[in-house]
Amino acid sequence: MDPSRIWTRVHPLQWLLIVLLLAYPGPASDFFTFQIGAYSLILGTIALSLMMLGGLGGMVSLAQLTVAGLAAYLVAIFGENSVGVLGLGWPWWVTCLVAVFIAAVFSAFVGAISVRTEGIYTIMITLAIAVAFFFLVRQNYVVFNGWTGFAGIEPPTLFGVYWRDPAPFYYLSLAVAAFFYWAVVYCSRSPFGLALQAIRDNPRRMHALGFNVAAHRVTAYFLAGIIAGTAGVLLAWFNGRISPGSVGVDVAIDILVIAVIGGMRHPVGPFAGAVVFVLLQNFAIDLIDRERFNTVIGLVFFLVVLFSPDGLLGIWSELRSRFQQSRQSRFHSRGSSGGSKTFDSVGASQSSH
Amino acid sequence: MVGARTDALSKLQGAGRYALELEAVSRHFGALVALADINLTLESGERRAVLGSNGAGKTTLFNAITGDFPPTAGRIRLFGEDVTELPGHERIRRGLRRTYQISLLFDGLTVIDNVYLACRGIGRGRFSLRRPSDADPAMESAENLVSVVHLDDVRDQPVANLSHGQQRQLEIALALAGAPRLVLFDEPAAGLSPAERAELIEILQSMPEHIGYIIIEHDMDVALRVAQSVTMMHNGRVFKEGTPEEIENDPEVQQLYLGSAHG
Ligand SMILES: Nc1ncnc2c1ncn2[C@@H]1O[C@H](COP(=O)(O)OP(=O)(O)OP(=O)(O)O)[C@@H](O)[C@H]1O
Ligand SMILES: [Mg+2]
Repeated sequence: MDPSRIWTRVHPLQWLLIVLLLAYPGPASDFFTFQIGAYSLILGTIALSLMMLGGLGGMVSLAQLTVAGLAAYLVAIFGENSVGVLGLGWPWWVTCLVAVFIAAVFSAFVGAISVRTEGIYTIMITLAIAVAFFFLVRQNYVVFNGWTGFAGIEPPTLFGVYWRDPAPFYYLSLAVAAFFYWAVVYCSRSPFGLALQAIRDNPRRMHALGFNVAAHRVTAYFLAGIIAGTAGVLLAWFNGRISPGSVGVDVAIDILVIAVIGGMRHPVGPFAGAVVFVLLQNFAIDLIDRERFNTVIGLVFFLVVLFSPDGLLGIWSELRSRFQQSRQSRFHSRGSSGGSKTFDSVGASQSSH
Repeated sequence: MVGARTDALSKLQGAGRYALELEAVSRHFGALVALADINLTLESGERRAVLGSNGAGKTTLFNAITGDFPPTAGRIRLFGEDVTELPGHERIRRGLRRTYQISLLFDGLTVIDNVYLACRGIGRGRFSLRRPSDADPAMESAENLVSVVHLDDVRDQPVANLSHGQQRQLEIALALAGAPRLVLFDEPAAGLSPAERAELIEILQSMPEHIGYIIIEHDMDVALRVAQSVTMMHNGRVFKEGTPEEIENDPEVQQLYLGSAHG
């Protein structure tokens, strides 16, 4: 395919998306800016860390929310909170750096434990870790303040801006999400990113090429931990509080649901999934009563898995290739090279201008 | 001082002499003895064919050498160094390569990315998060290798789109990446057309002289054209060793081969 054609074909849409994302808080109400917009971006970023492990590395971890939750707890513990337990009052940036770093190390630890497992066993081991963490924070009062958890977590006031106001917080979340989105797209074409995808396809062959597969997997968990941990800091600021309920197994599974609904082939998937998820979470009430939210999301999950294993991304590329085919056949009947856009071809298109 | 020096020197010379030494190597799968007490030495640059009927243990021998399935007993020395306890990827970094009987490729990646990774696997910067620049030497050697195995036309195709023959070619490219010193080819010619076979023989014959290899090959004609020595395996044991002529004319071998061909 001629790269310049990808340029002209993809970019107007991407530009449109960028403009829409930047302009969104203008027309949107505070509720839509904060509860829908910012929250989708945070959940999308956590799901992005899962996409990186699962989509690129073939390791589906259910502990990514736990990593984010740990970072959120650490923000309350090292920074300030209003419950009178710990709250060491460190400067906000030290708190954030240390929280994210410890979360990433924890994530690497999860990786080290599950590195020799495959498929369903990885899911089970990481699920066990998520459950263990939930019970730990619920029962431990000295460090995690047990059942109640922490409240009164505040982002810093910087440059005269109170960062928990809807628009500033939205832009903060957008910046974090956009950065990690770009990082995943960029790094997927780096030696490490390619190696990760190759390990997904065939770990045994990677050994036979001189790669230390286990070390690559653990490193991937560490990097995914940086993404999830940073999102966890935002989550703590978003809620202003963190408690066992935020790191429960149900929420951990929500992250998986988001990634699967959106699609794990490309970093855009988790964000698409998060938007759908958050909208359903907020408005399923209007469709049917509140108790039925899980039924609705379960149904959406089921339909997506049934009809498009690649999630919304799969549906999107399917529609696009149909549209292109009908357009192409009108001009001349030259065979197109498939049209379904894989992650690699997207990455390649980014690198070739 | 002097003693240490001659010691190191003789070690160096030893390292120059043998590419591979197997000492009483065995491999069991449960009760099944797939390899029994294999002794085998291969000089540097030597090219050896391994023959044997189905289930003789040829692939298992390769798996033991590369560490895919480490031996249950015995020692393995690679270029004079005992690698018995080393993980597979460390053996590869010492110059060992292999191809697989059933292609093991990265289906989701393109041909060039497959080869690029192979070139990157033995170099520095495996963990680099920066995209390769145009001047990346690994990318250059990857381009070269893609040409060597005649895959330029499908350079940017995902591996899943390749024909069987092309996948076999790619298998070989992956094994030739970096600076191999000893390559294990597991039935590289299986399923190839006569034209592709001829190409394969050409590639093998044009390999630099210092690179030794072991090739498992059922087709005697191919094996005898690319090998200086032959090891016959049977039931997990070395059955005969010798020059191609010796093996071809050995009555026991003939009996075994004809016997199994008819049986
Ligand atoms: N991973 C394994 N687990 C159990 N048994 C195995 C395994 N690998 C090989 N074997 C057994 O070991 C014996 C030798 O197999 P091997 O694959 O080495 O034979 P081969 O000489 O390569 O035969 P072929 O010509 O069919 O490739 C066979 O009986 C096989 O079933
Ligand atoms: Mg075999």
